[in-house]
Amino acid sequence: MYPFKENKDKIKDDSRIDEIIEDSEIIEKEIEKKYSKSSLYKDAWRRLVRNKLAMIGLAIVIIMAIIAIFAPLIAPYDPNARIKEVSQKGPSLQHWFGTDILGRDIFSRVIYGSRISMLVGVVAVTISLAIGLFLGALSGFFGGISDAVIMRIADIFFAFPYILGAIAIMTVLGPGVLNVFIAIGILGWSSVARLFRSSILSIKEKEYIEAARALGASNTRIILKHILPNSFAPIVVYSTMNVGTAIIVEAALSFLGLGVQPPTPSWGKMLSESLNYINTAPWLMFFPGLAILITVLGFVLLGDGLRDALDPRLKR
Amino acid sequence: MVDDKKILEVKNLKKYFNINSGVFFGKSIGSVKAVDDISFFIKKGETFGLVGESGCGKSTVARLLIRLLRPTSGEVFYNDINIFKIKQSQMFKLRREMQIIFQDPYASLSPRMTIGDIVGEPLEIHRILDKKSRINKIKETLKIVGLNPEHINRYPHEFSGGQRQRVGIARALILEPKFVICDEPVSALDVSVQAQILNLMLDLQKEFNLTYLFIAHDLSVVKYVSNRIAVMYLGKIVEVAPSEELYSKPLHPYTMGLLSAIPIPDPRLERKRQRIILSGDVPSPINPPTGCRFHPRCPNAQEICSKQEPELKNYSKDNQVHLAACFFAGQPIK
Amino acid sequence: MNENLDDKILEVKNLKTYFYTDNGVVKAVDGVSFDLKKGETLGIVGETGSGKSITALTILGLITIPPGKIESGEIIFEGKDLLKVKINNLRHFRGNRISMIFQDPMTSLNPVFTIGNQLIEAILAHQKISKEEAYKKAIELLEMVGISDTKRRMKNYPHEFSGGMKQRAMIAMAIANSPSILIADEPTTALDVTIQAQILELIDDLKSKTNSSVILITHDLGVIAKYAERVMVMYAGKPVEFASINEIFYNTLHPYTLGLLGSVSKLNEQKKERLKPIKGTPPSLIDLPIGCTFAPRCEFALKVCKQSFPPVTEEVPGHFVACYRAKEFLNKSLSRE
Repeated sequence: MYPFKENKDKIKDDSRIDEIIEDSEIIEKEIEKKYSKSSLYKDAWRRLVRNKLAMIGLAIVIIMAIIAIFAPLIAPYDPNARIKEVSQKGPSLQHWFGTDILGRDIFSRVIYGSRISMLVGVVAVTISLAIGLFLGALSGFFGGISDAVIMRIADIFFAFPYILGAIAIMTVLGPGVLNVFIAIGILGWSSVARLFRSSILSIKEKEYIEAARALGASNTRIILKHILPNSFAPIVVYSTMNVGTAIIVEAALSFLGLGVQPPTPSWGKMLSESLNYINTAPWLMFFPGLAILITVLGFVLLGDGLRDALDPRLKR
Repeated sequence: MVDDKKILEVKNLKKYFNINSGVFFGKSIGSVKAVDDISFFIKKGETFGLVGESGCGKSTVARLLIRLLRPTSGEVFYNDINIFKIKQSQMFKLRREMQIIFQDPYASLSPRMTIGDIVGEPLEIHRILDKKSRINKIKETLKIVGLNPEHINRYPHEFSGGQRQRVGIARALILEPKFVICDEPVSALDVSVQAQILNLMLDLQKEFNLTYLFIAHDLSVVKYVSNRIAVMYLGKIVEVAPSEELYSKPLHPYTMGLLSAIPIPDPRLERKRQRIILSGDVPSPINPPTGCRFHPRCPNAQEICSKQEPELKNYSKDNQVHLAACFFAGQPIK
Repeated sequence: MNENLDDKILEVKNLKTYFYTDNGVVKAVDGVSFDLKKGETLGIVGETGSGKSITALTILGLITIPPGKIESGEIIFEGKDLLKVKINNLRHFRGNRISMIFQDPMTSLNPVFTIGNQLIEAILAHQKISKEEAYKKAIELLEMVGISDTKRRMKNYPHEFSGGMKQRAMIAMAIANSPSILIADEPTTALDVTIQAQILELIDDLKSKTNSSVILITHDLGVIAKYAERVMVMYAGKPVEFASINEIFYNTLHPYTLGLLGSVSKLNEQKKERLKPIKGTPPSLIDLPIGCTFAPRCEFALKVCKQSFPPVTEEVPGHFVACYRAKEFLNKSLSRE
């Protein structure tokens, strides 16, 4: 046992006590001025907040989320209610975005459509993350054959154009909202896996990993406590941007009739339905298209901002 | 106080890294002979210095000694236990006694953990003490290495290089080890901070009766802290001696060249010194020279040197042990 | 003091280079003045953050502006103030009249061009000769820096060279146009000790062969002891002591220099004398303390030291120091025992 208590008196050489006082004084001044509470995350948050574009992105994402969650409270009409009298009417005071040929209020449909889009974002990306992180960890951490095999399979997934792949999977699974989520989720795992794997590879040989091993840490502990926290930044950024991609793919699938089934409102479906009326009722295309544009833009801006904020190189 | 008991003994340790090529199944096209048959022992309580330039294998030795790497052949005995023959669970227990301090204070601490977490991790891994007592122990250890225990929730990037190194030392010491490997612990630090850390390490050694294996490329630093020093060249130990004697009576030409190359911060002395400038570069450990590894650069080399490998022999007359691996040990450089 | 003005090949006066960052103004170089005599080796000693590298980069005009800004000062070389020369025209000096050898040869050479290519490029940038003549010159240069088998080496890529050879190649590029001043910025930090010795000897050797002056920037006091004739010690962007080599080592007048000397273990020391480190850590260059920048760590600090930065005095001819207590060190009434 180290006799801590006894030895404190024995410390004749005051090099250490001196240093405690000096160091703490000097560092205290330096640090107190810059950091109220020490945290890498707070640091990143401050950087993010300073980025105006990122804040716009964040605002859009939050607004869309609120709209999606509170859709029934925000939408003035039932999105599926057909009001014969007002069919094919342009934007007006009663119907801000106009109505479609069946007399349904476009504004309400766009509001409800946000649910599908936001849901796709969250569910599909979560599926990608789950598969990608697991396989990426296997691949990067253990290397060898599992690495070679997993990466070659990922390459195959990469080679497929996203939308084509989605279509292929949907034809197998059949149409439907849930299948859309699964399809998009499956397609996205390879990028996550690759990102995570390269993070693991670059961190694996770092000294703090060796230090953990030298202490006797298990592999699981090393992956969860050391590698993951240090590598999630690129994954967070990628996933945020991936939400935008997922939304577009869903819209495309719904456009092609493979996704959401009528009468559920989905922006992509609405675009599809508006094709015949481009000249006569342009508002049918305009508003859903605008909704997609703004939402995806929001995620992209946020992801971009996150990338800058989380980049450790920008720290002192 | 140096005991006579051997706390660590290394016998014929070899570590070859295979170089593979090929996409799927690597074909071995050669090997890096990082450590090529070295043997030595460390006595309890002493500081054993291991010095050498890049490619000599000293960092590999460090990792082998705590079983972060498996040897190609050879044995390492810690308190008479062969660490490569025991089970993982037994090694796990041994790890409490054998610890390591790393070189790079920036890379050896996880950027996303507080220093409290970092220093406390060993306690967590080995399930020692309950949460409250852990915090106390962490704070105690921080104090011992000269850090303010109130900074327990700060992150590594908020500290200077010297302080981070102290964190690394705290982490190594919190389990109360008996044997600590120091892998270039001060090389990445500024001169004035180096001195602080070296003094700290010497103090800690005295207080807790630690045994150190001190690895560095800077011979002046190694000489300052060590009792005995081993000089490595290209995977082999070429000389072992007490630190004073290594400096005053080097026997191996490489040691002589090494000593001569180190500039002394004393102008009058420096300008008077006889300089031995070794020619050539340090060869690659993939294809080491035949015979004595050092012969291509050795000013004293003769024919036998390229044909046979000299063994480590004891050239000391008295009780001391001064080993050198050279057919012409002790001969002055021409 | 007999100053033969013809002797001075470079004169730096009150140089200030600041960096404007999000966190504040980094006063990297804060009032540096020194001169370099023809044929001498001037050592600039300091730790990380002392400003020694930035000083060199400022002389060569290699500071990124912004965020850097050269606040004030003069750099007089060959009769011209380099700070007043247009940035584009600085090219004529760089690599030609004033050359730099960088710290890390691994990253300072372009990995996709052969050594020969880079050497020839360095030559042709400043000499109006044919490619064949440049090739011949390049071979000569490689031989001069001790690289054998030159024809084959010209075709090698940097990764085929060892660390020591890469540094030699860099030196060859630096002396290609016979510069008057060779600035070596920590030329040996990334190298092994035995290779360090080779490289330093080489630089010293070439100095006499090409008649240039050398500014040797390092943190290694041993290197300074061997090669420098005069030394400037820098701390936190300011010079604190400037003197001849013997004066710096045997008649040290600044507590920081004393501290540095006390922190380094000498290989030849018989008894195991305990090192006397300087307490504390170097300051952040953004939040410099008022008064003497070294005062917080100085064991001899007085009240006045914390109020204003001490003026530079010349206690002994040619020996400049910025310390209120320099006189006491001089007459030995103060020491570090």
